[in-house]
Amino acid sequence: MIQKDVLKNDERAIFALRSIYKSYGYLPFKMRKFEEYDLYVGNKEFLVSDRVITFNDTDGRLLALKPDVTLSIVKNTAGECGVKEKVYYNENVYRVSGSTGQFKEIMQMGLECIGDIDITDRYEVVLLALKSLDAVSRDFVLDISHMGILSAILSEASDSDSFKKEATELIANRNSHELASLTAKYALPKEASDAVISLASMYGSMNGVLERLAHICKGEKARDAYAELSALADLISKTPYADKVRFDFSIVSNMKYYNGIVFSGFLSGICEAALVGGEYGNLLKRLGKSGDAIGFAMYLDLLSELDNEDDGYDGDVLLLYSDNTDPKNIIEKREQLISEGHSVAAHKTAPKKLRYKRIIDMKEEC
Amino acid sequence: MLNIALPKGRLGEKVYDMLERAGYGCPSIKEGGRKLIFENEEAGVRYFWVKPSDVSIYVERGAADIGIAGKDILLEYSPDVYELLDLNIGKCRMAVAAKRDFHDDRKKTLKVATKFVNIAKAHYARGSRDIDIIKLNGSIELAPILGLSDVIVDIVETGKTLKENDLEVFETIIPISARLISNKASFRFKTAEIEALTEKMRSQIKYDD
Repeated sequence: MIQKDVLKNDERAIFALRSIYKSYGYLPFKMRKFEEYDLYVGNKEFLVSDRVITFNDTDGRLLALKPDVTLSIVKNTAGECGVKEKVYYNENVYRVSGSTGQFKEIMQMGLECIGDIDITDRYEVVLLALKSLDAVSRDFVLDISHMGILSAILSEASDSDSFKKEATELIANRNSHELASLTAKYALPKEASDAVISLASMYGSMNGVLERLAHICKGEKARDAYAELSALADLISKTPYADKVRFDFSIVSNMKYYNGIVFSGFLSGICEAALVGGEYGNLLKRLGKSGDAIGFAMYLDLLSELDNEDDGYDGDVLLLYSDNTDPKNIIEKREQLISEGHSVAAHKTAPKKLRYKRIIDMKEEC
Repeated sequence: MLNIALPKGRLGEKVYDMLERAGYGCPSIKEGGRKLIFENEEAGVRYFWVKPSDVSIYVERGAADIGIAGKDILLEYSPDVYELLDLNIGKCRMAVAAKRDFHDDRKKTLKVATKFVNIAKAHYARGSRDIDIIKLNGSIELAPILGLSDVIVDIVETGKTLKENDLEVFETIIPISARLISNKASFRFKTAEIEALTEKMRSQIKYDD
């Protein structure tokens, strides 16, 4: 039996999340470390970073170390209407880190629900995202947006692709002042301009945002997406997590792949999103599949930032011995200390730079 | 408590005055000395002075919840932060300047000296111009005078330094001003405090007529 305090945050999370996903009927999905490079060529924009570590297999085929898990899962599932597959995974991915510009190994745990997606699945995946965050920290928020609403409001405002691209970036940065200049540059009518600008500051409780959204979701597509978001809010409001969820249109994902809700989870003490997910039916369509899909991934490597149990020591007891010390005495003393609950390191000389709470010198004991 | 990164220098002092007027004063900040961090528990703020180009790093990494950075820094480094307000101070422009008699020979690769490599690259990429970037850390104006580069991309405030060196602005790339930025996670966990400060600062902005 493994003692709980021996496990690090990310290791504890793996056990907790696996048990949660299993209880909701998700099946484990294990994959190879490598993937055919071709899979990523046509879908580079789906990847968080488009740089991939590639190498030639013994038969000359170009392979890649996985930069992403979702694409591999989608490739290996039917993704059709009429069927539904629910899987979870725990895998390492290899991406270029934004801060260092070098490749980094990132441990991800997440799940995907692929096939016929309805409101029950959407709710289930959001609920599991909330439970995942709750399993690692009490202090968290999950921010949800809807790409359908964003896309509809921007399309109603202007047909220009460059407007949509620039506006999406500004909304993602909550930059309403430059958004105002942009709508002026494109000479949008006041109503459309106000609607677009208001998205940049739309943040808060589900009901508060829905109330504001109702005024700007006028077109058919926007109204349909609004109804979807509203139905989801209704279900979430009945969970104990209602006050942890906010609606937030600064959460944006690439519209080529994401078509429905998208969400990001934040843990207090970590300065970036620890959980990222959404509904990516457009990706399935691009891969020639008829179904819809929703899922999320949690970045377990970030959880080490929550570790604050360091007491300033590397171990409890340092047992020093020499060639003269009877090995039986060393072993006996060590076992005694371990049985009392201490961690013990036995060395002939004190290791440099390591700190122990207590030093027991047995050098002179024969 | 909000941690606020202020840019050292004249702009930082102007920004602090705005914050003071908005009700976020911290009298000890004006005492001078070698202290780096200033706190006013009552107002719920903790200030620290950092190099202007480092403000966005402190905010992006969450060491500061909010900060004030020039748009030039935000464009150059693209930090992953929210840009909440244009404070309309510290106004200047990012511009292309060259010797007065400069003629842009489009048959040749243009040599561009600058501190702002990414801004310069993006600007010339938009016009599909082939350029050779020369990254300098100061005295950019020297480059065209000594023939190190054809043009420079730099911040121009009054244009006085350019004029004194026989240089002139050929093209404005983008207007620059100071922006209020926020860490993305802090915005979520300190929403009420950050939104309140943003609104109070908004009322302090002086717009040009």
